[in-house]
Amino acid sequence: MSTPAKIYGPPKNLARRKFTNSLMITLCVVAGVVTILPLLYIFFYTTKSGLSSVNIDFFTQLPKPVGESGGGMANAIVGSIILIGLGSLVGIPVGILAGIYVSEYSKSIVSTIVKFTTDVLSGIPSIIVGIFAYGIIVLPMKRFSALAGGFALGILMIPTITKVTEEMLRLVPQTLREASLALGVSRWKTSLFVVLKTASSGIITGILLAIARAAGETAPLLFTSFGNSFWQTSIDQPMAALPLQIFSYAISPYEEWHRQAWAGAFVLIFLVFVVNLLVRYVTRSKYGAS
Amino acid sequence: MVILIALEMYKDSAESREMFGFGFIFSSEWNPVTEQFGALPFIFGTVVSSLLALLLSLPVSIGVAVFLSEIAPSSIRSPFSFLIEILAAIPSIIYGFWGIFVFAPFMRNTVQPFLQSYFGFLPFFQGVIYGTGLLTASIILAIMITPIITAVTRDVLKAIPVSQREAAYALGATKWEAIKMALLNAKSGILGGAVLGLGRAIGETMAVTMVIGNKAQIKASLFEPAYSMASVIANEFAEASGSLHISALIEVGLILFGVTFVINSLARLLIYSVTRNA
Amino acid sequence: MELRNESVKMPEAAADDTEILNPDHDQDDAETDKASKIAVQTESLSVFFNERPAIEDISLKLRRNRVTAIIGPSGCGKSTFLRALNLMHEMTPKSRVIGRIRIHGKDITSSSSVDVRKKVGMVFQKPNPFPTMSIYDNVVAGLRLNGKRRNSELDEIVERNLKHAGLWEEVKDRLKAPALSLSGGQQQRLCISRTIAVNPEIILMDEPTSALDPISTAKIEELIYNFKSEYSIIIVTHNMQQAARVSDSTAFLYLGKLIEFSKTRRMFTNPKEKLTEEYVTGKFG
Repeated sequence: MSTPAKIYGPPKNLARRKFTNSLMITLCVVAGVVTILPLLYIFFYTTKSGLSSVNIDFFTQLPKPVGESGGGMANAIVGSIILIGLGSLVGIPVGILAGIYVSEYSKSIVSTIVKFTTDVLSGIPSIIVGIFAYGIIVLPMKRFSALAGGFALGILMIPTITKVTEEMLRLVPQTLREASLALGVSRWKTSLFVVLKTASSGIITGILLAIARAAGETAPLLFTSFGNSFWQTSIDQPMAALPLQIFSYAISPYEEWHRQAWAGAFVLIFLVFVVNLLVRYVTRSKYGAS
Repeated sequence: MVILIALEMYKDSAESREMFGFGFIFSSEWNPVTEQFGALPFIFGTVVSSLLALLLSLPVSIGVAVFLSEIAPSSIRSPFSFLIEILAAIPSIIYGFWGIFVFAPFMRNTVQPFLQSYFGFLPFFQGVIYGTGLLTASIILAIMITPIITAVTRDVLKAIPVSQREAAYALGATKWEAIKMALLNAKSGILGGAVLGLGRAIGETMAVTMVIGNKAQIKASLFEPAYSMASVIANEFAEASGSLHISALIEVGLILFGVTFVINSLARLLIYSVTRNA
Repeated sequence: MELRNESVKMPEAAADDTEILNPDHDQDDAETDKASKIAVQTESLSVFFNERPAIEDISLKLRRNRVTAIIGPSGCGKSTFLRALNLMHEMTPKSRVIGRIRIHGKDITSSSSVDVRKKVGMVFQKPNPFPTMSIYDNVVAGLRLNGKRRNSELDEIVERNLKHAGLWEEVKDRLKAPALSLSGGQQQRLCISRTIAVNPEIILMDEPTSALDPISTAKIEELIYNFKSEYSIIIVTHNMQQAARVSDSTAFLYLGKLIEFSKTRRMFTNPKEKLTEEYVTGKFG
């Protein structure tokens, strides 16, 4: 073994290389810490400023006019729920069907196109989707409505759901599909009742993720659902939503409204955090071994 | 679906397109009262803030991805990536909210005076300090796109076979040298991630609207308020006066759509090209 | 799949086509209606993946109510052949079939795969019960998915088919338990009940015991023996003792080509082809 040593010899610049090594690795660790800091800060700050204003009133009362204290965002919370419900009606079926198509029929060119388009769609700014919903729903109806807002949220949910569905279906072993087909079950029934059912828990977590994301979307609602400071539950009327309310309170000059906005922000962050934790827990316990 | 969106926006912006033609892109006059519309300030604001955000975010993201995939012990790895995922999932309105009330004052009182006193000779750091403005928006955007670039880079690094790294070690490479080799091999995938992040930054609406200052102007200084394409749509659309105004805003949207579409397609193709071979 | 057809010179198998087509030709002279005795017939069947041949020009006649074993070294195309018989090759992208497959005289190469598979059931190498379903639901999965939902009828079907597969006594008290709670051998018998519940005429088995222990294997082999009166069975196996134990006739495939097809007894004692002899005596493969 002495020959190679003779050829290469001891590296002259070893000290410098070792130094670069430690430096770069330290920098990577620093980068990691730097990235986490804003998260912790945002989290901490929102909790601090928001928690004190989160109370029963916040969930049950309507907004009060400027100057009066108290009040809540009950209408916005209900509005958000309705909007997300409408969005789910659009987003979940389309997203799942597209996911099935991409995963189960992956040989065709069409499915490659569908896959590519959903990937690109996920990068389209949400405000553009808002304009789209404005163009095809608000303009013909001649007024802002929850319907348009829900539609926009639905479109935004599609890429997430499609992606998760596709990934979960790919985890289903091929032998199960063959088992079903070998019983003389048709292709689409196999996809729907065997494959989809097997992957259902994973897909449900994906839907939760999409919902959590839609719950925080603001931009597309600005000129579709528009916002409303009163109780409003009919879907052809403008409707309040939590993020919209946060936005309009945040840019207002009133201290009391800021507090309310922080409370709303806290509720949103809390929702995002819980859903992500849940998703992580579920996917872990199921696929952790692999 | 994507085609439908494009068509709808094309149709709805007809009035403005006929009125201003290509001058729309190059005119910096935006005045709803006199119905003069030119998108240049918005394009400027969007491009500068996004590119700056990318510049700030890219090295950090690569660092984090390397940390996650190569350095961190596995016990840290999983909670850490969870935190990064959360960072990506926080609604942008909250970033914006945090931006105006916490980050902008911090910029106004600490960072910007510091930059001005030491680098004030550069045109970028001159002028009145507001707190909100291009630089603040860029930093917020950088925070928002870091998780995206990190996630892609990490996945691409994972796709590089372990044997390659072992080969590097076997030749006596240090850890960093092995990592550098992996990064070089993964570069087109990382580029894809960066472009994806850029696309997200360009389209980001709420957070930018809240901290960029919302003033349709083109100034060299990064402290000055500016405006972005998405922000102007968000701010003016609902209360736009007259159909020409709406039409002009939709045309801004169309430009935004076109740009993000191209950028995203590019990013996806880059990422596909790496992960497919893995 | 490793195939080097071009580089290997086949023995004169093709010339013997007429001979090997009909393993029973020396005994069948008394039969008046031969056609009705044939369960599966392939005529010059070839399957291509990505334009590379996996099996080439295989012509066989398999008799009704018999067990036919297909043996050969790994990659010889025996699974490919089996999967073509219920059109399962359609699951593989870029696959192409030429030649004919007749099931009870009817050419199925262009029929609907759903109809074919109701008649031609399949049992797989690894037990693959549906993981989200109970034992009960697994047995009736095929019927349910094809629209049969009368519960009283289903109860009876479950009991009958589980008994048939020799599993009833072991699971009758926990029919609602998840299928995955069963042992590997029980799961495989569950899959067999699931297969026979749709009333197939032919059962294809793709190395059904290769993932099982010897005792479970023995139980499955016993089932195969008992099933002969009702079904025509085609079993792929890499285990020559198993082929010798359970089958009536055996086909030997090598590099995608049919080398020999004879009565099992003859195949293992006095094969016609030298290649067969070398394989069954363990000289290669």
